[in-house]
Amino acid sequence: MLLGPSLAVSAVLFALGVAGVLLRRNAIVIFMCVELMLNAVNLTFVALAQQLGVAGQIFVFFVMAVAAAEAGVGLAIILAIYRHRHTVNLQNINLLKG
Amino acid sequence: MDGTLIIFWAFAGLAVVSALSCITRRSPVASALWLVVTLFSLAALFVLLDAQFIAVLQVLVYAGAIMVLFLFVIMLLNLGRPGPTDLKGPVGLGVGVLLAGLLLVQLLALRQAAPGLALAPGAVARAAAEQGMVPAVARPLFGAYLVPFEITSILLLAAIVGAVVLAKRKL
Amino acid sequence: MPAPPLSLLWVVPALPLVGFVVNGTLALTRPTAKRAVSIVGVGTLVLAFVAAALAVAELARQHPAAPLVFRYWEWIPAGDLQVAFALQLDQLAAVMILVVTGVGALIHVFSVGYMHEDPGYARYFAYLNLFVFFMLILVLGANFPVMFVGWEGVGLCSYLLIGFWFNEQINADAGKKAFIVNRIGDFGFLVAMFLIFTRFGTLDFETVFAKAPAALMPGGAVVTAITLFLFLGCTGKSAQIPLYIWLPDAMQGPTPVSALIHAATMVTAGVYLVARCGVLFALSPLGSAVVAGIGALTALFAATIALKQWDIKRVLAYSTVSQLGYMFVGVGTGAYAAGMFHLVTHAFFKALLFLGSGSVIHAVHHAYHATHTHEDAQDMRNMGGLARYMPWTAALMWIATLAIAGIPPFAGFFSKDEILGAAFAESAVRPLWYAFWAMGLAAALLTAFYMTRLMLYTFHGPNRTGEREREHLHEAPPIMTGPLVVLGVLTVLGGALNVPELFGGNAFLEHWLEPVTSLAHRLQPAVEVAHATEWALVAGAVLVAALGIVGAFRLLKPEALVPARLAPPETGLARLLWKKWYVDELYDAVIVRPVMWLSREVLWKIVDARLVDGLLVNGTAAASRALGWLGSRLQTGEVGVYVVLFVIGVLAVVGAVVR
Repeated sequence: MLLGPSLAVSAVLFALGVAGVLLRRNAIVIFMCVELMLNAVNLTFVALAQQLGVAGQIFVFFVMAVAAAEAGVGLAIILAIYRHRHTVNLQNINLLKG
Repeated sequence: MDGTLIIFWAFAGLAVVSALSCITRRSPVASALWLVVTLFSLAALFVLLDAQFIAVLQVLVYAGAIMVLFLFVIMLLNLGRPGPTDLKGPVGLGVGVLLAGLLLVQLLALRQAAPGLALAPGAVARAAAEQGMVPAVARPLFGAYLVPFEITSILLLAAIVGAVVLAKRKL
Repeated sequence: MPAPPLSLLWVVPALPLVGFVVNGTLALTRPTAKRAVSIVGVGTLVLAFVAAALAVAELARQHPAAPLVFRYWEWIPAGDLQVAFALQLDQLAAVMILVVTGVGALIHVFSVGYMHEDPGYARYFAYLNLFVFFMLILVLGANFPVMFVGWEGVGLCSYLLIGFWFNEQINADAGKKAFIVNRIGDFGFLVAMFLIFTRFGTLDFETVFAKAPAALMPGGAVVTAITLFLFLGCTGKSAQIPLYIWLPDAMQGPTPVSALIHAATMVTAGVYLVARCGVLFALSPLGSAVVAGIGALTALFAATIALKQWDIKRVLAYSTVSQLGYMFVGVGTGAYAAGMFHLVTHAFFKALLFLGSGSVIHAVHHAYHATHTHEDAQDMRNMGGLARYMPWTAALMWIATLAIAGIPPFAGFFSKDEILGAAFAESAVRPLWYAFWAMGLAAALLTAFYMTRLMLYTFHGPNRTGEREREHLHEAPPIMTGPLVVLGVLTVLGGALNVPELFGGNAFLEHWLEPVTSLAHRLQPAVEVAHATEWALVAGAVLVAALGIVGAFRLLKPEALVPARLAPPETGLARLLWKKWYVDELYDAVIVRPVMWLSREVLWKIVDARLVDGLLVNGTAAASRALGWLGSRLQTGEVGVYVVLFVIGVLAVVGAVVR
């Protein structure tokens, strides 16, 4: 019964996450929007798990674990970039340009 | 039933509003905090969807660990203060909104496109009632999904090593 | 000894081919090995003649009603088009191979003497052998493509031999002119082949000629088109109007080449073609009328030009063009035997005339060489009174002159008379032929006149070569006069080949060719004339010939001539004739210059430089560059852009699923 609305909310949150990635220039904020997208997907899984079985929740478990790992490494990368370029603005991180 | 729905929509609305706020704040700290609010609302939704264990995990791991990490890094890089807006110019804005809108439309359409699923409504609730919430999740985790579970641990190890190496001042 | 089987027919063309290979190799590796070259060159021709004679003898013994076809291998098996490399021997081909190998052998012997001092001796014999090979392929071919191989091949050898002394621009140009003009004719041949294939589904002579009466509507558009296009090929190869212009220029080549290729054999290929395709021409009144008409016109036209030429070889060249016209009148009227008869007799006396003139030129050239003067050794104004120094040559050339003029009992009389007789007879049914007969008669008068003129200016009267040169003039060596004697004998006796019943003869050639010409004769029967008319025609022809000779003796004054370098330029009508009716100049202005202009201004500067180079080649490169540039614009190095592209990709994928 809650499935339809849950999926709708999940879609909205995902779209908002994508919008954030497209609209912002700060690398950390973009990363946070990626996390937002992941959460939207988690919501989808959980909503479907209610109908289809516990495998959905187990998948959410794994998503969280991977998100944690990814957050750690990603932020380390951002730190390293900051040390060299002294900026987290994506427009300034353009060594590949040209 | 009515009550559940009202609570659902309340928390869903909160989640959407806070997500919107997250992506539009100037200060990264503010964005982070709004994201935390979003996570909490999602946790509430999880509870409503018979995923209590996951809800707790969400709060503990996501909101408690990952977002804290984010805030650490933001503070470390001294980006906390609200700076000039880093939203893209009008062209970028237009493109972004357009694409996100299209995606939204497609995803909403996707709800109708689901092929015939073998529905087992309420299976989780029943399992939780029988065994308890945690064993309901834990038993399959250590049973059928043992291998991914173990591999995830190695993944976390790799992530730790990577993070340490990348963040060193001198390699 | 039992006769070898006729399936060994391939040996006849193979022998000169072997000669070409050996002499060609010698030309490249040991060009000074003249003895070996001579033995191989002449030997292969003599052997080829023997082989041909044996083949013809066997054919005569078997006396088949249809050609004997020998398929050696499948050359072009391409779906509907099945062409085999096949040779056939029938009575018509038999005549041709004997003429080609026989006269060819004699000319090869003559060449040994004539070309003896030439550094390109081996190359010459290699090309000459190759020519004989291709000519034999042409006449022995059992289908149009094989014949066309020979057709093209003789054109190639003609080019190689005309431009033999290619270090002189004028010789190279003459070779080019011959080849290019021939190509125009070849285009006609090809189109005719295409038409024949579309109509008959095959290109084999046997099948085409057998099916022709049923498959083609007599006088219809298709058969007329086929015959006209075939004849276009003939005008090129056999130097008729409008494509005769290459033959006089071809005289730049060595004289034996002129004798063999441009008198006896290659130029007769067109006549052979018409005779071979007699069935087709019989089915098209318009086609045969065009053949006879152009033949008659060319005969007269070329004769007028020959009247005022000073170069001895040019006179003979235009004479050849004129005589070929006669042959076409013959085969165009349906008198195939008469046309072929004239082909054979003409081969004898024209080869004799050319070789004789070769001896003359050889002697005069030798004289000038000895005194280190640089006069034209081929200009008749530099000759005169040579009979004193070269009696044999003079006598033999007189025999040939009488033959070509049509004086009995020499060979040319019988053949020429038959053709004129056939034309006159046909005029009873088709009045247009009156004009052809009249033109032929007029041409006969002129022929007698200009040939006598040639003899008078060259061999009689006072000598104009020069005081010091005179002592170096002498008769040609036996190796050169020997073939002349043989040809002389043939010229005298050649008439016996086809003495008509009128004179109590057995018309041997006519009967010999009957199996080949019978179908054509059934479709287009020959017209009979009364004996009285025939006698009148004969008398008229002889009278005209005599008139020409006597007229020349009376009107021409060899004493009044001066050597070429002192001679005043021609004026008036004489100038028009000397300048060949300005035809070459006309072609140059109307065809050559516009084509050159078109090639340079349009095809080169616009089509090649701008379109092909600019648009297609450089344009493709530029387009490629532009596309590349466009692609490179995607590589901004900015993550933001990449993310946008990423999302677009996702939209596409999800969109595919949603649909």
